[in-house]
Amino acid sequence: MREVAIIGIGQTKVGEHWEKSLRQLAAEAILAAIKDAKIERVDLLYVGNMLSGEVADQEHLGAAVADFAGLRTVEAYKIEAACASGAAALRQGYIAVAGGLADFVVVCGVEKVTDAPNPDVLAALALATDGEYERAHGLSLIALNAIIMRRYMHEYGYKQADFAAFSVNAHRNAVNNPYAMFRRPITEEAFAKARMVVEPINLLDSAPVADGAAALVLCPLVMAKDFTSKPVRIAASAAATDALALHDRKDLLFLEAACLSAKKAYELAGIGPQDVDFFELTDASTVMAALSLEAAGFAERGEGVRLAMEGEITLEGRIPISTMGGLKARGHPIGATGIYQAVEAVIQLRHEAGENQVRDAHWGLIQNIGGTGGTAITHILEGPD
Amino acid sequence: MELPKNWRLRKQRYSMVGEICEKCGARIFPPRDVCPECSKPAATPYTFSGKGTVYSYATVFQAPKGFEEYVPYTVAMVKLEEGPMVAAQLTDVDHDEVKIGMPVEMVTRKLYEEGEEGLIVYGYKFRPRIHKSN
Ligand SMILES: [Zn+2]
Repeated sequence: MREVAIIGIGQTKVGEHWEKSLRQLAAEAILAAIKDAKIERVDLLYVGNMLSGEVADQEHLGAAVADFAGLRTVEAYKIEAACASGAAALRQGYIAVAGGLADFVVVCGVEKVTDAPNPDVLAALALATDGEYERAHGLSLIALNAIIMRRYMHEYGYKQADFAAFSVNAHRNAVNNPYAMFRRPITEEAFAKARMVVEPINLLDSAPVADGAAALVLCPLVMAKDFTSKPVRIAASAAATDALALHDRKDLLFLEAACLSAKKAYELAGIGPQDVDFFELTDASTVMAALSLEAAGFAERGEGVRLAMEGEITLEGRIPISTMGGLKARGHPIGATGIYQAVEAVIQLRHEAGENQVRDAHWGLIQNIGGTGGTAITHILEGPD
Repeated sequence: MELPKNWRLRKQRYSMVGEICEKCGARIFPPRDVCPECSKPAATPYTFSGKGTVYSYATVFQAPKGFEEYVPYTVAMVKLEEGPMVAAQLTDVDHDEVKIGMPVEMVTRKLYEEGEEGLIVYGYKFRPRIHKSN
């Protein structure tokens, strides 16, 4: 196996891109990443995406995106794993480079949701759940998150307002991210008063679904120095699955797949949670952020929310999360989210995060979760400094 | 397109027929012919009592397409007496009155109406049990 590096990044602003199609968004991010990497050849393209067929009316995405990104004739495929599609594409790209089958691989994540009305998008997003036993009963992804949150509150004695710290942190960090959807801070009071979407999850608790595209260029680490002075090494790539339906899990308050993939990643990188400088997690809702902190070894069970309440998840805290806004404030372009996480981690590890720079950042942990935890993909990135 | 699927699911939806694992005794719902506990084949039908308690719940104010007309409605994880958990809507109860641990029982109700043709899909929902023992 060859060591793999990320040598180029690109991203579009997350939000409502009325004037751009799915493949135009993807092309914009890909061209930016190729320019950043200064490569002249692409061997393989993977496109992470969940809903192109259901919402943006386009499948056969590999060829569709390659063509519009100036990569006609390049081998290209769509990779799908619900909200974890982005990280799944990154992992496939990693496998291709590490295995020696390709040298220059572009991995892109893209989602275009504003081509359909919101209830249609919610229904489409619910395709990540069990169609016969969850969706048919009127359960959405947010509803399943809300069920988890209610039980978490019951089990560990938290109030709904205690979860505010996650959203406050995410919004604070998004202020300095020019690509973020919501670049304004929010207060705990605003969180407490926000309109309920699926009680106990309110509008400021769940991440907004949006349009966006991000891309990475991967190549063997030994070749990376020819293109950049700041290659970021992929120190670990690991994935696991759990029961698709929430009711089939052994324990509804524990992200088994997230835990397994994190453990495997720590083992591969030869580090532990105590070495990690920041953690880009899947804060699709605040309780998912809490469970992710617990699954990845940063908090005991039931203590994830406490960690946030005590300020340990801020840029100055013990384990900074959502350093560029996370899903909550950067926005959640579903199948692109995993690539945004990687792009943001690379920015931190290159020490180019400006106001949001995590001091001496060297090890970055990124974890992309699909659905309510059915898929979890963890990567550990190591910076050049 | 949905017709064959609804027909296929009729035993589960109308009478909560799952499976029992002959190897380890696990009661399985939804049925899948493979035991989730021991990974051995398990295809012996087993009818659940339809009784359980609310493990957790949530009230939907913003619904996915097809369920907008029912808001607000309450969805729950029901822990069945026989072991498995099942996701379903609660019915015959105000969402403010639902509590974790509340005893519930299965009833057959309309789940949703399908598109233009107006095909009505029925299935299980859960309502409060008045007497814990019956
Ligand atoms: Zn068994």
